[in-house]
Amino acid sequence: MTETTTVAAPGPVPGPGARPLPAARRRPSGRLRAAAPYAGVAPFAVYVVLGLVIPMIEVIRGAFQAPASGALTTSNVSTAVHGAYLSGFENSLLLSLICSVIPGILGFLIAYAIFTAKRASLLRQVVITMSGVFANFGGVPLAFLFVSSLGSSGLLTGWLSALGLNIYNMGFTLYTMSGVAVVYMYFQVPLMVLVILPALEGLRPSWREAAENLGARSWQYWRHVGGPVLAPSFLGCVLLLFGSAMSAYATAEALTSGTIALTSIQIGSFLNGNVLAGQENVGKALGVGMVVIIAVVMVLYALLQRRAAKWLR
Amino acid sequence: MAPLTRPRRPRRESGIWRWVILLIAGVYFILPLATAQRFAGFSSFSSVFTQPGFGAALWLSAQLAIATTLITLAIMVPTTIYVHLRLPRLRRLLEGITILPIVFPPIVLILGVLQAAPPWLKSSQWLLGLEYVILAMPFAYRAIDAGLRAIDLKTLTEAASSLGAGWATTLWRVLLPNLGTALMSATILIVALVLGEFTMASLDLFVTFPVWIVQFDQLNAQMSVGASLFALYVTWVILMAITLAGTRQARRTGRGEVSLFTVTTSNTTVGES
Amino acid sequence: MATSVMAQAGKPAGTSVSLRDVTRAFGAVRALDSMSLDIAPGELVALLGPSGCGKTTALRIVAGFEHADSGEILINGQDFTGVPAARRDMGMVFQSYSLFPNMSALDNVGFGLRMRKAGPAARRTRAGELLDMVGLSDRARQFPHQLSGGQQQRVALARALAIEPRVLLLDEPLSALDAKVRVQLREQIRSLQQRLGTTTLFVTHDQEEALSMADRVGVMRAGRLEQVATPTELYSRPATAFVAEFVGTMNRVPGELSADGTVAVLGGGVPVADARDAVPGPVDVLIRPEQLALAAAADGNGIVTSRTFLGPVTRLTVLLDGDTEVRVDVPSSQAAALEAGGAVRVTLPAVPVLVTPRRRAGEAAEEAAAVG
Repeated sequence: MTETTTVAAPGPVPGPGARPLPAARRRPSGRLRAAAPYAGVAPFAVYVVLGLVIPMIEVIRGAFQAPASGALTTSNVSTAVHGAYLSGFENSLLLSLICSVIPGILGFLIAYAIFTAKRASLLRQVVITMSGVFANFGGVPLAFLFVSSLGSSGLLTGWLSALGLNIYNMGFTLYTMSGVAVVYMYFQVPLMVLVILPALEGLRPSWREAAENLGARSWQYWRHVGGPVLAPSFLGCVLLLFGSAMSAYATAEALTSGTIALTSIQIGSFLNGNVLAGQENVGKALGVGMVVIIAVVMVLYALLQRRAAKWLR
Repeated sequence: MAPLTRPRRPRRESGIWRWVILLIAGVYFILPLATAQRFAGFSSFSSVFTQPGFGAALWLSAQLAIATTLITLAIMVPTTIYVHLRLPRLRRLLEGITILPIVFPPIVLILGVLQAAPPWLKSSQWLLGLEYVILAMPFAYRAIDAGLRAIDLKTLTEAASSLGAGWATTLWRVLLPNLGTALMSATILIVALVLGEFTMASLDLFVTFPVWIVQFDQLNAQMSVGASLFALYVTWVILMAITLAGTRQARRTGRGEVSLFTVTTSNTTVGES
Repeated sequence: MATSVMAQAGKPAGTSVSLRDVTRAFGAVRALDSMSLDIAPGELVALLGPSGCGKTTALRIVAGFEHADSGEILINGQDFTGVPAARRDMGMVFQSYSLFPNMSALDNVGFGLRMRKAGPAARRTRAGELLDMVGLSDRARQFPHQLSGGQQQRVALARALAIEPRVLLLDEPLSALDAKVRVQLREQIRSLQQRLGTTTLFVTHDQEEALSMADRVGVMRAGRLEQVATPTELYSRPATAFVAEFVGTMNRVPGELSADGTVAVLGGGVPVADARDAVPGPVDVLIRPEQLALAAAADGNGIVTSRTFLGPVTRLTVLLDGDTEVRVDVPSSQAAALEAGGAVRVTLPAVPVLVTPRRRAGEAAEEAAAVG
């Protein structure tokens, strides 16, 4: 007699390879459910708050606080925009302007020179890597390179003297604004090369060919198509360089040991304790001022990039 | 008329201009290097290791570099992947946040950090490490973002999960191997950043490598220059090696050139696919 | 130039284009191998072939973006080989993304006229006319990123035609577009071209495009032209096995060629249209799927192995005695009765067929690889 077994569950019997389905989980309540996906970014958020937001708040708070009493005051801010500190801002702005426009143009020319080269060619790799090294490494080694070559007893200075060109007699010195500007070029130009290269690559060759096909010569292409399309990116990159020059500290400090009137250096001197009584919080006001300037620059930069992205898709 | 094989001139004369520009640029950049090298002499390379404080400073910088890299990647990789997959609307915000460290320059950041940090943290070198993570975020995000876009994250993840992989397996076996180049470039950028960071370290009064170079200059300028050059060469060699290795690997997987440095906030994809 | 463009009434005199023994190599690879082609005034010639066959290279050499290693390009009999692209007076439509992103559609179309020093009013009028011709006058002020792929290509076409070029060059202009848009644009391009009488060279890998649009088609493989003929001739009298198999579907059935000009195949004798260096003896007979007749027969010579419904016809794959597989197109109503596994008789009506030397083993795979 055969034994019959009744199948307990109605419906299809799972095949031999199928795994049992997990039991349905109980759904959390509405608000918790809505917030749950954001849990994934919690570590990041916590870190940013601790490492960035809180220091930011401290700086802003301190800028409006009297050092002794903790009372709200605008004296820090008013000190920060007068006298030596005003000169500091002016110098910083001028320096940053020079050290963003000129390297901007030079960097663009260099980037243009290599972007026509084949993708994986040695030339491109070398130039890009060199740019990366100089742009990212920081101002200190570069400052010393320049001291040893263009400093008052530097080798290059000596060679030029031997040729009859005593640059120090002509008023040049590495340890003031003009010298700092020269050294800034050294890392601003590579930075420009790196940031403008993607934009250059966004210029499709078919645009150039279409222009040529329609009778345009090289300069006409640049005037009507290449230039206008690149302009937002170019300006944006120059702005990026401006921000970079504004916030630079290490190079100027290493070169001048803090004797030069730039905002970043002045902020540094507050941390070194070179400060008048009652003015301890002026450094923070300076910091706020610097941040405001750079923030405006970055907003413009972001807007320009968005425009560029629309065209260079 | 018999067809002749005529040598054709290249159509663009800008080929000459390219070399002129590069030559001038090359001279401008190599000259200070060359004179600095001349100044420092080659003997300084060997003796720099024995200078007082060199070892300690380099070791400190190395420790900070390792710690910063690990922490930055540990935070940024999962977060970026997560945002790309689950919270795409937050991408803009994430991009914006990672730009903030550029807007708040190190000089201002250290101002706030020294004010806000508790004393026990302030006296430790690890405060620097923690803050370096903040500085490294823009670079790490750029590199990882470019890498994710090049590998079409969504499709790979969906394919993996349809084949039965959990998120940990997906991350470990599918995503990370394909992000190799991006992670490598992020690492190198972070290391270069830490080894060159002077502002916060000097004002936090810790003698990292760049700080040591500046201090040591008072005693022996040649050594300082030698140390700077040494650091420069080493970074350069490592970067070239990584780029070449990355390019070879990318060519194998059919992805063409490797772009190591991503500093812009444009929406254009940098990775070639 | 500007005034003649504006003042001209009626069609300009046609331009002839000739390639003479054009060769171009990239390193070790011969992209073009001594290619010669004559295009008559007002003709639309399509270059058809798999990727890498050299068709785009040929087009770009005509346009002036590449130079040939040897050979000449003649326009109306004049040697244009050394002339730069900007001075060739040809209009080119690229595969995609060639519109200038910073200009509106109107300005894009007017660009060529601007280069020819036409004034702003004249440009606007002419550009407006052309946008009208392609049906986009309502989008004149829009920018490329606001237009769909098909619209962009129409603007590109208008831009190329605005300068009244002597030759129109099209580099796979439809490959990046959706199927439906492709068919619409195909017709629009062809009718515009015929209306204006512009000599046109059109590159594509899509045989349907080539066959439906061109006056003549040149089939290319590995840098060489295998055949240049009208679409009908290409289809019914392919010159080489490659062309036979690249254009449409072709069956190869073994047969015996006799000395009296008939070939024994599929159980019957059939006259030979073109022996084509085949000697009497074993040969392959080239037959199109629609030329074969098929009926269910218990004592037939084959078995249906699969059916593919194609709409109006159904393509049946039949395994014949002797292990030859053929594809037969049958009206779908008739095919309903024929199931897979059923026995059938495949016959060939007594119309002249093409015959070619029998293919040796292994050659089949080579051919398949070449077609891509």
